[in-house]
Amino acid sequence: MGTIWVHAETQDGQVSSITLELLAKARELGDVVAVHAGNDAEAAAAELGAHGASRVLSAGDLDGGLVGPALASAMAGVVDSEAPSAILFGTTYGGRDVAGRLSVKLDAPVITNVVDLIDDGGLVGVEPVFGGTTNVRTRFTSDKPGIFLVRPKSFTAESIDGGPAEVSEIPIPDLGNSGAAKITSQFVEESDGPKLDEAAIVVSGGRGLGEAEKFHLVEDLAAKLGGAAGASRAIVDAGWVPYSYQVGQTGKVVKPDVYIAAGISGATQHMVGMKGSKTIIAINKDPEAPIFSIADLGIIGDVHKVLPALLEALEG
Amino acid sequence: MKVAVCVKQIPDPADPGELDIETKTLKRDVKLILDESDSYGVEMALQLVGEDGEVVLVSMVPNNERNGLNNALAMGADSAVLVSDDALAGTDALGTAKVLAAAIRRIEPDLVLAATESSDGYTGTVPEQIAELLELPSVTFAKEVSIADGSVSVKRQTEEGYDEVSCPLPALVSVTAGVVEPRYPSFKGIMAAKSKPVEELTISDLGIDSSQVGWSGGGQEIVSIEPAPEREAGEVIEDEGDGHERIIAFLEELKVI
Ligand SMILES: Cc1cc2nc3c(=O)[nH]c(=O)nc-3n(C[C@H](O)[C@H](O)[C@H](O)COP(=O)(O)OP(=O)(O)OC[C@H]3O[C@@H](n4cnc5c(N)ncnc54)[C@H](O)[C@@H]3O)c2cc1C
Ligand SMILES: Nc1ncnc2c1ncn2[C@@H]1O[C@H](COP(=O)(O)O)[C@@H](O)[C@H]1O
Repeated sequence: MGTIWVHAETQDGQVSSITLELLAKARELGDVVAVHAGNDAEAAAAELGAHGASRVLSAGDLDGGLVGPALASAMAGVVDSEAPSAILFGTTYGGRDVAGRLSVKLDAPVITNVVDLIDDGGLVGVEPVFGGTTNVRTRFTSDKPGIFLVRPKSFTAESIDGGPAEVSEIPIPDLGNSGAAKITSQFVEESDGPKLDEAAIVVSGGRGLGEAEKFHLVEDLAAKLGGAAGASRAIVDAGWVPYSYQVGQTGKVVKPDVYIAAGISGATQHMVGMKGSKTIIAINKDPEAPIFSIADLGIIGDVHKVLPALLEALEG
Repeated sequence: MKVAVCVKQIPDPADPGELDIETKTLKRDVKLILDESDSYGVEMALQLVGEDGEVVLVSMVPNNERNGLNNALAMGADSAVLVSDDALAGTDALGTAKVLAAAIRRIEPDLVLAATESSDGYTGTVPEQIAELLELPSVTFAKEVSIADGSVSVKRQTEEGYDEVSCPLPALVSVTAGVVEPRYPSFKGIMAAKSKPVEELTISDLGIDSSQVGWSGGGQEIVSIEPAPEREAGEVIEDEGDGHERIIAFLEELKVI
């Protein structure tokens, strides 16, 4: 399929998991080139190479600017000479911005919310709609590079022990007004234990917990099982827990070995973020709760009884 | 200060209509409502402009629908621009951004607000595409917004936490749910909305050719629509004081404990 560009997101030389997932798929499809912004391209080159990228095109340090306008301009500047057939972005804060800006620069559409890519002469994107009950397949009709925004956890990351990727710089053209937004400071929300979207076990709580003070039941169980705590949007919007806990269509996609939903009804927008879990356990007092339709084990019961009993039993 | 707010009118998510497999179009004869995601932008705008600013809504539909706009006007927005044209049916995100950008350009706002993603399309690319078309700086995923001295300060959601971002006006900001608590329209607001100006435009009023919008303008096409493989339900049992034991047995079987 020719050359596939993958937007490589890194943090202090460490490549993000969504990037590694995209690399795994991209190398099935063609020659892989990572496209990157930041001052850590050299540090990331070994890992990017190990996962299948032969080259890294790096726009370099952004000097406090946001990635969207800068990397989109840099990519647009070399798209003709490099001639990628497809450009893959993860559905992340940065990935969406770059894809949006680039689509205008190339006057080319973006296929979004992709969970699979199929090589069918041209590339076809598979996107779930209606809470994942229906899949739509979409392809591009023009000969411009196809821009895809891919949801996290769509592919499995795997190293193939490739040698380090060769880094070359791509210039960022003058951004004029578009590049005027500057980051003045950065805050990291500390959390113990594994990250929500990487944990093997996720315990999520919903409005059925009744009040914010009861969320500790979910956190305690997650800690006890060595997993991460998550939440439905209802309790994120209510301010019980930060947005970073949210699982679902507008939150994180998780695919743990075990997902435990406590007091969550199972709205389609929640299920779309967790129904790829290997096994699902649900606790809900309503026998009609939709979450039971996808649970491997459903307990019709009160979270205020089941969770404390579970914690106590695990203590012993 | 003048703030333009993008408001999408969508089928009620509780009753989303269905995809017509034959024509590959969304069947939606239902009445459209204000996308809840955009109620945050409207509220944010009202709070930012205060007493003497102006909030102008911008919405694009293929069918004259005003119901959702009326709701946002009833919240307190001053006026609206409605781009309505039969040719707009099936328009994708980039085409939508072109139309909205053209409408916003006429308004000459200091700030453009949108939601990070719509509830029905959720491409999440329209705001950044509008910013690029208008050559504006932008800050997406705002969870807190304030304005001082001709620039906007935003707490922007990140994977690790948040960034504080400063940006000179004019600019575009996309807001997440929870940035502010949207008000419910008052009875007075609902009555007042009826006499607020709504400028209705077609795409030719905006100088946009119909080849750039609609089903054919997008440069993409649906190949197929099919049901996704379903997940089977397992065992569902009533807790009779032993629910936790069943969970433990299950976890032991999976060898996670
Ligand atoms: C555009 C859009 C995007 C969205 N994105 C997301 C998203 O990313 N993630 C998300 O989660 N939601 C999302 N939502 C919201 C979603 O539609 C639901 O509103 C939300 O998931 C409901 O959360 P909940 O299950 O905690 O609350 P509810 O639906 O109120 O359910 C609470 C459940 O708790 C049960 N319960 C009550 N008391 C007890 C008890 N004592 N013991 C046991 N069970 C009890 C009830 O039977 C009920 O089933 C989105 C909505 C829209 C429109
Ligand atoms: N037809 C429309 N009319 C007005 N605003 C829109 C329209 N489509 C998208 N938007 C704005 O762009 C945001 C993101 O939309 P989307 O990219 O479709 O997820 C929406 O929440 C709106 O603020």
